Formats: sequence, C-alpha cells, structure tokens
Amino acid sequence: MPPSEHELRLRERLGRLRNMPLLGGAKLSGDLQRFQKQLDRLQQEATDEEIWRSVQLARHDNRPYTLDYVERLLDDWFELHGDRGNADDGAMVVGLGKLDGRTVALVGQQKGRDIKERAERRFGMPNPEGYRKAMRVMQLADRHGFPVLSLVDTPGAYPGVAAEQHGQGGTIASSQAVMARLNVPTVACVIGEGGSGGAIAIALADRVLMQENAIYSVISPEGCAMILWRDAGEAKKAAAAFKPDAAHCLELGVIDGIVPEPPGGAHTDPDAAARLLKESVAEALEELVDLPGDELRRRRRAKFRSLGVFA
Amino acid sequence: MAEINVSVETGDEPPPPPKHPNTCPACHSHYRDDELAAALWVCAHCGYHFAMRARARIDHLADDGSFLEEATELHSEDPLGFFDLRPYTERLAEAELSTGLADAMVIGQATLDGRGCELAVMDFSFMGGSMGSVVGEKFSRACDSAAERGVPLISVTSSGGARMQEGILALMQLPKTVCAVEDLRDAGQPLLSVMAHPTTGGVLASFSTLGDVLLAEPGALMSFAGPRVVQQITKEKLPEDFGLAEQNLRFGNIDAIVPRPELREKLSTLLRLFDAPV
Repeated sequence: MPPSEHELRLRERLGRLRNMPLLGGAKLSGDLQRFQKQLDRLQQEATDEEIWRSVQLARHDNRPYTLDYVERLLDDWFELHGDRGNADDGAMVVGLGKLDGRTVALVGQQKGRDIKERAERRFGMPNPEGYRKAMRVMQLADRHGFPVLSLVDTPGAYPGVAAEQHGQGGTIASSQAVMARLNVPTVACVIGEGGSGGAIAIALADRVLMQENAIYSVISPEGCAMILWRDAGEAKKAAAAFKPDAAHCLELGVIDGIVPEPPGGAHTDPDAAARLLKESVAEALEELVDLPGDELRRRRRAKFRSLGVFA
Repeated sequence: MAEINVSVETGDEPPPPPKHPNTCPACHSHYRDDELAAALWVCAHCGYHFAMRARARIDHLADDGSFLEEATELHSEDPLGFFDLRPYTERLAEAELSTGLADAMVIGQATLDGRGCELAVMDFSFMGGSMGSVVGEKFSRACDSAAERGVPLISVTSSGGARMQEGILALMQLPKTVCAVEDLRDAGQPLLSVMAHPTTGGVLASFSTLGDVLLAEPGALMSFAGPRVVQQITKEKLPEDFGLAEQNLRFGNIDAIVPRPELREKLSTLLRLFDAPV
C-alpha cells in the first residue's frame, strides 16, 4: 500500500526537524518525539484488541472529564450558564478562562462521577438546550476575539422525547453552522468518547485533536452491532470494523494530531494528561492566532469540505 | 455504566414492508403501478405518502427536458475495508444493480416553471438513503453549482442517517455538507429543503435542517434518534406522533407540511419569492 498523505506529511515534518541544528532544544526534541510516535502508530495498523482497549479506556470510570481539565488548564475560570431561552444543560459546560495568559472560551460535554451527578449531567449527552448554550458562548467568543477550545466527550446527543420536540437534529446542524462561521481560532480535542452527531456539533474546528485513547465514531460499537449484526454483544467486532481509534482517524485525515497520554491511560495520571493536552492545544493555537478571521474560516471550510473517499 | 447506544444512524432497513409494495400500509388500499405513478405515489383513499424514487421526483419537479444531471461519475469506495455480515462492496454493488443509481443522491441543473434551480434529490432505495462520502460530495457540488449559476438549491431528503459502513468518514459528511451550505449562503443563494419520509439521523442533523425554508411531506419521520432508540434509552412512553412532520410543525421546527401533489406549486412560489432567474 502506498504511504498515505498524512504519513508523507509527518515524514516530511520529521525529516525537517531532524535536519535542523539543535537550536530549539527541549521543545524541538519534544516535537520530534511526538511526530516519531505518531508515525510509528500510523505504520503499525492497530489490532482489533488495541481498538477495543481504546474503547474501554475512552469510557473508563476514572478518565478525566472536561472539568478535570478545566481546573488544570485554565486560570480565572468563570463558568457561564443557560441557553437564554429554556434551560441550563448540565451535560454541556461552557465558560471563559485564561490559557497561558490568553482569554479563551471553553465548551465541552461533561459526564458525572457519582450516580446523582451522572443523572444530572445525563452521562454527558446534551439536549438541544446544551448545544444552544454552546452556540451562545461561541458567538460571544467571536464578538470579542477569544479563541474557542472545545473538549468533546459524549456517547451522543440525548435521545429523548423532549429533545426531539425541541429540535435536536436541527440544533446540531446549527451548532456546526455557527462553528463554520466563526472568525476566531478554534481547537477541538476528543478527550473520551466522540459519539456521532452529538460530538461533531462542537468539533467543526480549525484543528481537531484526539487523545491517544479517545474514540471518535459515527455510531457506538453497541449500536452498530445491534443494527448490522442484530446483536449488541458483537460490539467488539463492530469496533474492529469501523475503527474509531485515534490512529485510524489520523490516517483518514479526520483529525490533525494525536495528544499523547501518560502510560496506562489518562486516568492513571490526570495531571500529566492535562500537561500533555495543554502542550498540544497551545501549539495548535500558536499556529492559528495570527491568521485573519476570514482566512481561518476559509481554510476551516475547505478542510471539512475535502473529507471523504470516493472514486 | 449502562450501555448507551446513540447514533446518527437509525438503520438502513425500511420498516417491515406491507404485503405488497403497492398496498397502502395505512388503509390497505391496493393500486396498480400506473395508478400509483399517476397519483405521485400518494394513496388516493387515505393520503398516505409512499416512498418516491429520486428519478420520479426529478421528473415531477423539473420542467420537461430541463434536467441536466451532474457528478454522475462519483462512486463509493470502501475506505475501511468494512465487513459486517457481508462486505460493504457487495452491498454497494447490489444497491447499484437494484436501483440503477450510483449512490443515494442525484444532483443536477433544472428549471421549475421556467425558473432556474439546482436539484439534490435523495433515494431511500439505495442503502436506506444513507449518507456516505458520495452523498456528501454530491450535495457539496450541488451547492457550488447553485452558487456559480446564481440559482436556489432545492434538496429533497429521504435518509436513515449516516452510512455506518464508512465509519468516521460518514460522520464527517455532516460538517462537510454544513460548510457547503454556509458557502452557498455567502454566495447569496437560498436552500429550500424538502424533507420526505424518513429524514433522520445525520441528514437531519446537517444540511437538511439548514434550509432557508423547511418543508416536510405529511407523515414524514424527522427525528434525530429513532423511536426504538429513544424508547430503549429513556423508557419514556412515546407520543403517537413522535418525531413526525406534524409534531415538528407544532413545536416550530419546520415551516410547513406540504402534500406531494402541492409541492411543485409551492416550490414554484418560493422560487418567485427568492427571485430565481427566469
């Protein structure tokens, strides 16, 4: 099989870094390591077992959630609430904070830790009110020139009667449309489950990252197994077939980079996981902040419009 | 944690078929092929809307001889080497043979009552109208064609959602088509969206609901999650008209429900209102 475009791009960047005189020191060798690691991942096809391990780690009970990263990444965190129409959805967290001294707007799904919080936050599955809350804050960011950081962690948008009545599908479409129109830099990172429409609603970003053990998929493995195998128990087979792991997403051009996790997964050392996440996000933002808004928008749309494989 | 099963895909299997495809599932009236075609696949007795194939829809909406199909060369690939009970490539070949279509959407230039427009019409018979890379690309090109020619885009959707067999790339057709609509908007042209039964999952959660005007056919299911999924997860009792066009109209999610025999006339009016070129 010929090397994919992404492999070539990584190789090219890797080669450039290797040949550079060591001026940048630590930063440079960090990049080198990261690219080498991504390249290694691309070269060795993830096995079915590894894919399933990602599914399990992405859903691990102790995996850091959005607010765990917020407290480690952002200073002066100020949470904002409500969609200004109907409700304040606990499954979606939004607010403002300082990332390395720069004000950013944060949006992200939030799962709960204990039974009570899980119910309140609906396992991180937002209602349309949650997406409207996110849109409101993204538009606020647009007005004030704040970059948007989006942390994606949801099994999917909430499939409820009221959610449908209040326009779940249309709201997910509108949220993407808002992101396609923003004039500020946007970085999204899938930190756990990137579940379907509920995830892409806040992931139409200039740079899309995925943590090493996160998953990003069109359907849950159980849902896919139910429909195609008529048996939710075949989830492992389904996951192996549709490949929701970070390495495959990178290979398909769906994401721009993989954020490394501490050995054993993000839950083993949330502080280290947050440090690694912050590095990648800061690096991505650095590449974007000097671009004019219309140029960001043009490139963002061109990127998403190029996705797909056909003959 | 309970297993959670949420997706933009509500399955590519149509609901259990009636005894005969020409038998109305609502009132059991039975029709000959030519009777159904003459009635635009609407039950003369109870008004039930049968599925309408993409080519028939285009023949009905476009002025005679005005339709010029575009992007006919596009075919699906199998980026994941997807294999469930059968390989994806086999399902594709079978769908192509049985429908005579290259994929689940047909696009092209047309006039309607003499006014220029672009049509993007889906066909549920092709793998449940599921949206994969080809549908995303065709819709995207339809937006560009409309923008270049300065005409409105009319989309007619009928889809179970994203095409699972293309994995994450199928999900990426949501942002892709959304970006295409935003580019169309920047070019100053409207999207007139007609949602036929069913318009669910990923197609509902992307371009179809971004229309400047949203129309639906009577009885069309328009829900993000399928009724079965909602029931399984929430254990809620579903209202009788759950997710249907009628409920969506009541809750303010769409502009109008238009019975199929009136659709052409309504679209013609809208093309006049949006000053589509003659």
